[in-house]
Amino acid sequence: MVSIVKDKRPVNLDIGTMRLPITAWASITHRASGVFLFVGTAILMWMLDASLKSPESFAALQECLSGPVAKLVIWAVVSGLIYHSLAGIKHLIMDFGIGETMEGGVMGARIVFALSVVLILIAGAWIW
Amino acid sequence: MVRSVTSFGRSGLSDWLVQRVSAVIILAWFMCIGGTLMGGVDYTQWKTIFDGTSMRVFTLLAILSLAAHAWIGMWAVGTDYLTERLMGPRGNVLRLAYQIGCSLVIFVYVIWGIQILWG
Ligand code: HEM
Repeated sequence: MVSIVKDKRPVNLDIGTMRLPITAWASITHRASGVFLFVGTAILMWMLDASLKSPESFAALQECLSGPVAKLVIWAVVSGLIYHSLAGIKHLIMDFGIGETMEGGVMGARIVFALSVVLILIAGAWIW
Repeated sequence: MVRSVTSFGRSGLSDWLVQRVSAVIILAWFMCIGGTLMGGVDYTQWKTIFDGTSMRVFTLLAILSLAAHAWIGMWAVGTDYLTERLMGPRGNVLRLAYQIGCSLVIFVYVIWGIQILWG
């Protein structure tokens, strides 16, 4: 009985049936970037390890990071970090009660997306 | 009140706060490192930075923050999708497996980090 009751718990909002506003996209990309970073942390830890072990492994890492695939991977992780951080900062600002209206949310999401694109491009230019 | 034994601080309010404090610490660490890397470093300079106690402690703090942040964050994601409502009884099994997987990865990150810093 208990499980039957649980299975029929109501869902108030079925977001699968709607066109998502920009705020929803900002939210889901923040989530996706967080999960991506959790995996990407392995790469960052590996780089930190290699960079500190010995002068040889530092040089080997530099060599490895000069390859196009490695650069792409680093750019992806850094991009995830940039977006997640900016959206995270927006979260913190909104936690202080700033921009909590619908207009504020839309504006905040636009600012975060725009700033992310700029910073991600700058990071790309720096990596290459 | 609904209580969860798998959340980080056993309370949503506590998790909410830890999530934010840890976020600020991680961000500070990455900005520090980013600034250093943009200035350009060779092995000796880089190694010297991480030989200092303050940088080691700061880095360990960042790793521990990441452990808490990731626990809370991945928990939030898992308890949204790997659920009985979305997947039937299978959801509970999958979520448990997912949580064990996440905690193992977090454990490895912490140990690995300590080893990098003091190994
Ligand atoms: C590599 C480091 C990081 C990892 C692995 C990570 C991972 C995650 C994950 C998985 C979530 C859950 C997302 C969700 O529930 O939708 C999350 C949430 C969050 N992250 Fe991060 N994060 C990292 C760094 C940061 C940084 C640098 C900030 C800076 C501000 C930040 C701010 C936040 C905030 C504020 C939340 C809470 C969002 C909410 O309550 O809905 N994170 N993070």
